[in-house]
Amino acid sequence: MGYTITEKLLMKAAEKSAIKTGDLIVGKLDMVLGNDITSPVAIAELNSHGIDKVFDKDKIAIVLDHFAPNKDIKSAEQCATCRNFAKKHSITHFYDVGKMGVEHALLPELGIVKPGDVIIGADSHTCTYGAIAAFSTGVGSTDMALGMATGKCWFRVPSQVKIDLIGKPSPYVSGKDVILHLIGLIGVDGALYKTIEFGGDGIKYLTIDDRFTICNMAVECGAKNGIFPFDEVTEEYAKDKNYDYEVFSSDEDAVYEKVITINLSDLKPTVAFPNLPSNTRTLPFDEEIKVDQVYIGSCTNGRLSDIAAACGILKGRKIADGVRLIVIPATQKVYLECVKLGYVETIINAGGVVSTPTCGACLGGHMGILASKEVCVSTTNRNFVGRMGASDSKVYLASPLVAAATAIEGKLVSPEKYMGSDIKEQK
Amino acid sequence: MKVHKYGDNIDTDVIIPARYLNSSALSHLAEHCMEDADKDFAKTVRKGDFIVGGENFGCGSSREHAPLAIKACGVKAVIAKSFARIFYRNAINIGLSIVVCPEAVDRINDGDELDIDFDSGVITDITTGEKFSGDAFPPFIRSIIEKGGLLNNIDSFI
Repeated sequence: MGYTITEKLLMKAAEKSAIKTGDLIVGKLDMVLGNDITSPVAIAELNSHGIDKVFDKDKIAIVLDHFAPNKDIKSAEQCATCRNFAKKHSITHFYDVGKMGVEHALLPELGIVKPGDVIIGADSHTCTYGAIAAFSTGVGSTDMALGMATGKCWFRVPSQVKIDLIGKPSPYVSGKDVILHLIGLIGVDGALYKTIEFGGDGIKYLTIDDRFTICNMAVECGAKNGIFPFDEVTEEYAKDKNYDYEVFSSDEDAVYEKVITINLSDLKPTVAFPNLPSNTRTLPFDEEIKVDQVYIGSCTNGRLSDIAAACGILKGRKIADGVRLIVIPATQKVYLECVKLGYVETIINAGGVVSTPTCGACLGGHMGILASKEVCVSTTNRNFVGRMGASDSKVYLASPLVAAATAIEGKLVSPEKYMGSDIKEQK
Repeated sequence: MKVHKYGDNIDTDVIIPARYLNSSALSHLAEHCMEDADKDFAKTVRKGDFIVGGENFGCGSSREHAPLAIKACGVKAVIAKSFARIFYRNAINIGLSIVVCPEAVDRINDGDELDIDFDSGVITDITTGEKFSGDAFPPFIRSIIEKGGLLNNIDSFI
C-alpha cells in the first residue's frame, strides 16, 4: 500500500517508516509561526511554565500583522510582548512594521517556508503553504509554545481526500472560485480533520497564487491541511527562491477515503453569502445586492496577481457613489510593486484607498470595520456573524475580479463583461 | 449545573469576537464570551455550567482565546456532536473538558440541569433523568488532560 504526500511528510517529521490514519504521532517541525494575537498567549504559557529557551532561533517566525500598525494601546502592548521576546531569543524571522506583511503571503515570499517542509502556525490559515507541496497546519498558542520550546508537535494522522480537478477554467474563474465551489459542495465541516489533496490534469492551469488561495481556505471546510503536488508550476516558482528543498509526492497506490471530481470548465464566479463560507451561489443572480464597502486584501487574496486582476477592471473607471473601496497589499514587496506598476494610481483614480499591509479589516480588527447593517464584498476567507464588524453587518466572499466589478457597479456583479484581452493577459 | 445550548458551526468569531483580541487577560475574555451568539451568556453563566453545541463547534480561527474564554467563565465542559480540529486540540492543550456525544446533544435541552462523571464519561441530564456515554479519549490525549495541559506534559516531547 502506498502513501500520500501528506502521509510521507508526516512520516518524515515523526521519523517513522509506516503510519496509518488515526495514529497519534509526535513530529519534528521545520517552522513554527505566530502573530501578534497568538504569540503573546504562547509567550505567557512559556513564562508561566518557567521555560526560557527556544529550540532553534532560525525556525521560529513571529509576524506582527493582525493589529499592526497598532490600532490601540492594548494591541501595542501585545506587539511589545512579541518584540521583547524576539529580541531576547534572537529570533531570526521576526517581522515588525516596515518589514512585516500578512504572514501567509510573507513567509512564502521570503522563502522561509519551502516545499517538503512540515510547518505549524498559531493561525488557522497556516494551511496556505500546502500550495508549495509542504505540510502546514494551523494550531493554537499552546502548540506554538511547545513548538518553540521543543521543535515538536502532536498530530493525529488525517484521513486523505483527493480533489481531482479536470478541465480548464475560464479567464474570470480564479483559485478563489475553485475553493468557494468546493466548500459550497462539501460544507464547512466537509473535510473535518482530513487532508484535502488536489490533483488532476486541471491543476496545470492554476498558478501558484491560485494554489495559495485554494490551500488557504482548506480550513474553511474543516481540513487539517490542503496540499498540491510538486509539479512544473511549483518548480518554476521555487527556482527563483534561494533555497534547497525536498520533493515528496503521492504514490500511485496511495489510499484515499474519497475522491471528488470538479470540472474547472464548469465553474462560474462564486460568492459565499452570509454567514458561512459554504453558503455559495454563482454569478450572475437575479437578486440585487447593494454594497457599502469592497475589501481587496488578506492572506487569501492580497497578492500582486490579485491586485493586478482587480486593477484590470478598475483602470480608467470610477467606483460607484457611496462605495468605499479598500485595497491592502499583503506585503511590503507587493505594495512596492503596486506603486511601481501603477496599480496604486489606478486604485486612487478609481476612488479607492490603498494602505499598509495588515490583517486588520478581515477579522474586524481595524482599517475597514463595518457598521450595523452594512454590506461588504470581501476577498477574505470568512463571513461569520460579526466577522468584519457589527454583528448585523454582512460579508460576501468573492474573488478580486468580482470585488472590483462590484466596486464599479455598487452591487454584486459578475466580472465577465469587464473581461478584455488585457485582463486575461494580467491574470 | 445548567446547560447553555447552541446550534451547529458555533465559530470562534462568535465565541470571542476579534475586536476583543487586543488582550488575552482571562477576565476580559470571560466578559465577552459568546457575545455574538448570545449577548446574555457572560451575565447568566455560572461556575460549573455546561455548553452544548451541534456539529463543528469552534470552527474558524485558531485563537486559543476561544477555549480560554469558555474556561475562564467556569464552564465545566463543552458537549458537542463534533468539534473543529483546532478548537479540539486547543481545548485539550489548555485543559478545557470537551466531550463528543451526538446523542446527548439531541436529547439535552437548553436550561436542563446536567452532571458529568469524567472517569466513566457518563453524562447525566438531571432534569430528564437520561444518561449518555461520551466518546473516550485515546491514552495520549488523556494524559495531556490529566496533567492539566500540554506544557505540563513537555517531558514526553523532549
